[in-house]
Amino acid sequence: MLLTPGPSVGAGAAHWGGRFAAPITYVVFGLVNILVFGVHSHHDAAFSFTPEFAKVSVPNLTLAAAVTCYVCGAITLVLAVVRLLDVLGIIRLGRVWRRVIVGVVLFLFIIALLAWADGGQSIPFNVVNLLSGTLDVSIPIMLGALTGVICSTSGVVNIAIEGQLLLGAFCAAIATSVTGSLWLGLVCGALAGSLVAVLLALFAIAYRVDQIVLGVVLNTLVLGLTGYLYNAIMVPYGNTLNNPNTFNPIKIPGLGDIPIIGPVFFDATIFLYITYVLLAGIQIGLFRTRWGLRTRAIGEHPVAADTVGIRVLSLRYRNVILAGLIAGIGGAYFTVGSVGSFGPDMSSGEGYIALAAMIFGRYTPFGAIGAALLFGFTTQLQSILSSINVPIQSNLLLLTPYVVTIVVVAGLVGKVRGPRAEGVPYVKS
Amino acid sequence: MTAPPPATEPPAPPPGPTENDTQESKHSPFGQILLQAIQENTVTITVLALFSAAIIGGLLAAFTNTGVLHAWGDFFSAPGNAVAQAWDVAAGTYVALFQGSVFNPHTVAALFQQASFSTAVHDGFLSAVFNPLSETAVQATPLILTGLAVALPYQAGLFNIGGQSQFIGGAIMAAWLGYAYNMPFFVHVVVCVIGAFVGGAALGWLAGELKARTGAHEVITTIMLNYVMLYFLAYVLSSHSLMQAPGGSNAITLPITSDAHLPLLAGTHLRINAGFLIALAAAFAVWWLLNRTTTGFEFRSIGSNTSASRVAGMNVERNWALVMTIAGGLAGLAAASVILGTDFTLNPQSYGTYGIDAITVALLGLGRPGGVVLAGLLFGALHAGSPAMQTATGTPVQIVQVLQALIVLFVAAPPLVRTIYRVRAARARGVSTTMSKGWNA
Amino acid sequence: MELELRGITKRYGLLAANDGISLSVAPGQVHALLGENGAGKTTLMNVLYGLTQPDEGEILINGKPVKFGSPRDAIAAGIGMVHQHFMLVPVFTVAENVTLGIEEADRVGLLDRRKTRRDVADLSHRYGLDVNPDAMVEELPVGIQQRVEIVKALVRRANVLILDEPTAVLTPAETEELFRIIRQLCDGGTSVIFISHKLKEVQAIADTITVLRRGKVVGQRTPPATEDDLATLMVGRDVQLRVTKEAARPGEVMLEVDGLMVAGEHGDLPVNGLSFQVRTGEILGIAGVQGNGQTELCEALMGLRPTFAGTVRLNGRDLTRASPRTRLRAGVAYVPEDRTEDGLVSPFSVAENLILDTYDRRPYASGLNLNIPAIRENAKERIQEFDIRTDSPGTQAGTLSGGNQQKVILAREVGREHKVLIASQPTRGLDVGSIEFVHRRIVQQRDHGVAVIIVSSELDEIYALADRIAVMYEGKITGFRDPDVPTAELGRLMAGGADGGHALAPGHLPDMDIDGSAAPDGATAGEPEATASQEES
Repeated sequence: MLLTPGPSVGAGAAHWGGRFAAPITYVVFGLVNILVFGVHSHHDAAFSFTPEFAKVSVPNLTLAAAVTCYVCGAITLVLAVVRLLDVLGIIRLGRVWRRVIVGVVLFLFIIALLAWADGGQSIPFNVVNLLSGTLDVSIPIMLGALTGVICSTSGVVNIAIEGQLLLGAFCAAIATSVTGSLWLGLVCGALAGSLVAVLLALFAIAYRVDQIVLGVVLNTLVLGLTGYLYNAIMVPYGNTLNNPNTFNPIKIPGLGDIPIIGPVFFDATIFLYITYVLLAGIQIGLFRTRWGLRTRAIGEHPVAADTVGIRVLSLRYRNVILAGLIAGIGGAYFTVGSVGSFGPDMSSGEGYIALAAMIFGRYTPFGAIGAALLFGFTTQLQSILSSINVPIQSNLLLLTPYVVTIVVVAGLVGKVRGPRAEGVPYVKS
Repeated sequence: MTAPPPATEPPAPPPGPTENDTQESKHSPFGQILLQAIQENTVTITVLALFSAAIIGGLLAAFTNTGVLHAWGDFFSAPGNAVAQAWDVAAGTYVALFQGSVFNPHTVAALFQQASFSTAVHDGFLSAVFNPLSETAVQATPLILTGLAVALPYQAGLFNIGGQSQFIGGAIMAAWLGYAYNMPFFVHVVVCVIGAFVGGAALGWLAGELKARTGAHEVITTIMLNYVMLYFLAYVLSSHSLMQAPGGSNAITLPITSDAHLPLLAGTHLRINAGFLIALAAAFAVWWLLNRTTTGFEFRSIGSNTSASRVAGMNVERNWALVMTIAGGLAGLAAASVILGTDFTLNPQSYGTYGIDAITVALLGLGRPGGVVLAGLLFGALHAGSPAMQTATGTPVQIVQVLQALIVLFVAAPPLVRTIYRVRAARARGVSTTMSKGWNA
Repeated sequence: MELELRGITKRYGLLAANDGISLSVAPGQVHALLGENGAGKTTLMNVLYGLTQPDEGEILINGKPVKFGSPRDAIAAGIGMVHQHFMLVPVFTVAENVTLGIEEADRVGLLDRRKTRRDVADLSHRYGLDVNPDAMVEELPVGIQQRVEIVKALVRRANVLILDEPTAVLTPAETEELFRIIRQLCDGGTSVIFISHKLKEVQAIADTITVLRRGKVVGQRTPPATEDDLATLMVGRDVQLRVTKEAARPGEVMLEVDGLMVAGEHGDLPVNGLSFQVRTGEILGIAGVQGNGQTELCEALMGLRPTFAGTVRLNGRDLTRASPRTRLRAGVAYVPEDRTEDGLVSPFSVAENLILDTYDRRPYASGLNLNIPAIRENAKERIQEFDIRTDSPGTQAGTLSGGNQQKVILAREVGREHKVLIASQPTRGLDVGSIEFVHRRIVQQRDHGVAVIIVSSELDEIYALADRIAVMYEGKITGFRDPDVPTAELGRLMAGGADGGHALAPGHLPDMDIDGSAAPDGATAGEPEATASQEES
């Protein structure tokens, strides 16, 4: 339901640039690599792969900045030519190869960008920080996307992920501030997400309100409520109510010491580990269990499910409310998982980015996580670049993740079809 | 084929088309008809929804007030005091809202205390009596316009949450044309207003084209555009070579030249300006467009059923782009009314909460231009009264947003309101059965 | 298992969809439920299957009354149902669909997929159903999907199998297959309730026939009952099973389709090299089982789907790349297959729907402005001319009955200047009165010189209306025939048989054969009704 192309969009319709959109884009990337980055690069760029206090040290990689950019640009242009040949039909690339090329072009672009950014700087660019930071920053988006996957698969459009994140952050902050217990904060955050889910489920399933409108209104409600309570009670009583401690990272012994991979994947807060567990659980759950089969059925063909005796509405309620717990945990990350105290509109649109990630990931758990990481990466990249004095105005950097989302949802995604009954209230006749 | 987007069931229960005299009503006595109309009418539901929201708002205001909380801490020793305090704050909130938005008796008293009538008028005491209403109109103006920017696409089946981005687009144009150029009085204002429309329309067009060309849902693209324009605005205001005023580090533009100001309507002491008239005119124009033109016919048809519209020869994608462009222009006009009517400059927060408020205004107005005007006035009143409310009872102004969202939630779920107030639940069930059977025939 | 329904009554508002219906089904028997659209057959089956509760009456199994609160109860009691619109999840495999709701799983909930596959394979072999457990349902042909539905019911140990209009989507040959399966099931002790509005089939397969009309049982017969007898019971009066029409007087070629190829969603070609011509003053009936490209053909003719190759010409003018609007303006009138989805805007009033494709022309609009009085006038005229039953022109079209909705669409389309009329499944779901009206109107248009194309999966309708018949199979026309062609021949062409002998070139005038062959084939559907009228000419 979230993507509804008409019949004229598709075979024969005029997309922007038509079939040549891909090769043209790659040419642009290649030229940017050479003309923007390469020409303006100086000296050497150094990349470091070792975080502080690591047991095993990996040597830095030093590259001549300008050369690196030129090389990246050249390879990109070659790939553009390859893709052009594919479009013209001279050679044939399979779908997998086309996607690989997209990935390589983006990868080279990033390399060139970093080489330009770090060229001539005294501090090497810490790749491990970039990667582990990406994982951390992506947590709310990943968890939000997983929430979206469960709800959409069950046939309910959950636009209220933003509100679930925000309320989760708020409640976690207060709970931990007041009781001093981090775990209680986490639980309260989860329950807060679930509370919003109850409202969503009630209005969407029982009262059959339009689900997209409903989601936006719920987000407004949570935004207003948290903003109000922030001003009314958090600001005056900040020390008691808005002063939580935060979770410390936990390093998994053994795995956490593997060079590069270890610090990135196995040395983080509990939130990341929860994400791993949830990802595995939901993937297995949806495709290998009875619950998963029934959930997918009620999202695709609820009438058929009803006729074989599945209680459609009841299962939808349960799934939406349980999924709310996940988003609530994601929200708790904002406060007790990273900065601590709550601020108005802390989630700044990440709930909506989570939705985009879900669509980009084709409504599957792994796909959604991958897409979420992509968005997290752009956010993290922006934050690192602004800290090493790259000559791009900070506001322009800040808007990059959002532009990327638009480009992805509009352009690169292609035709993704969600569950057939998504967003359609089920009415027993 | 494709499932119809949101607009098939807007949150309004009975159909309400103009000429629908059913067989049944001819046989019922007149009194019964009236009673039925009142009990099933959306007006009843709306009023009850407002009432419910007000109750919850009052409770919220009371029980987050430090004084009240203290009083309730001693509930068992002084219960009367606790309740009284709670009531004071709750009622005080609404009284202050009313006084700030409609009428404050103190102003009349102050007027009659003046020495002579003419000095009173000259010094603004007469204007002060009408100030609440003037402020309501001033606050309502951008709400009505942005509300129309949501309501119009809603009729065409699109959900425009990009009001904020379209507003910013219009604001940038209005501000830039306003401070950077000098033109004769009337011309300058008109050019700025048109420029604002164009600026907003460009953003609206972008979202519409994205949907038309790629099928990407406008909810996600417009929200992303909101954030993009938010940062873009901060960007243009951060550099003196762009729009930042020279000679200072404030992120703000030069003031708009005075001949680009929207003319005031009621003297210099009141802020009500031509923007209000623009808002009303726009509402009428949208109504006329939707109900009296071929384009509006297409919009409504597509909003209800894209498949049948295609079969009938309508170009769905072009209409999507067109409706979003017009909607963006309306949001741009809202920006004009703010930049050229009250603020006279542009800063990174100029867009306020209009983008989000617009949605609640449009929903409360049931997606119709007339309703949007009324809803805009109501919420405008809330906004106008909230500073006074904050001064009087210490209630933070965000409660207005909470109230707005609650009202819309209650209005969006008439069955919920009916259940709470037991408004003819049995009959309501009967209505919906017939309706659903009819649709599935 | 003895199944009995006693005095079942179900009301919707003031309307009694079922009114005191009683019947009994003996084990191993095929009990047919015959009635036209709207007679109450589906409601009765919904009651029997637990989808809805009767207001009065009871269901007895082996003499004992039972209550079905939901399909679960009915299934537990041994009742299985194959719905007219399949209850299969398209993106699931056969095994997943069969097992949904009764999954084999361990304590944690992990599915035992191997066991499920085995069970499905066993059952399908036993009854000669032959379905592949791992096939994805949306890729299966309709006939096979129906078998999956039957397997679903059998897995749940159904003793009574309800088949709701099962042959709507089958070729005559597939129908034969289905009858074979039904007989095999009956030999094994299963009872079958066969719901249909097709007289011939019911006569072929049933042991007992109960005829419903307007919610009541109007008669019970056994197969030696004649067709006229059953038809009269069904409709309540002497039925004209044929449309009296004069001979066609075809003029010049109006619509010419040449080598048309249309792409589908999955990269296939639903229309794969199609050519035909239609002349003014004649009706071309395109026969074929649903799903052979008819929908895509109509969409391509209207410009709603892009053409991959080939041409479409209207009166010599090439419209292959034209937009729907251009085609409508050029004089094409279109009655779409799905009236609520594609033909009407349900929340719009009748008046607005009547101008849905002419709203921007005079007199309904001048420039941007709509001329509301003119729109109302037009509505009043059309409502009267087409006898549309509605309270007022301002009533929402979605509240009208199916027949009246179709009249609105017809009124709109034939009410303006047009040269070609394309009508797809024009009488689907309509009561007999409306069917007669629509048929008469279509013939009237033909007599006014319009080139008419009827696309229908009901052979009766094709025989009744067509001056020439084209059979469509897998995106191509397998043959052109006269309306006196025997059903078996049509059936053969519909199933993809080669076009040998007795073939007509795509645009030739039909032979004025007086001795139309009239050998009825007992076990197949539809008989050339038009034979008699042709003899008269």
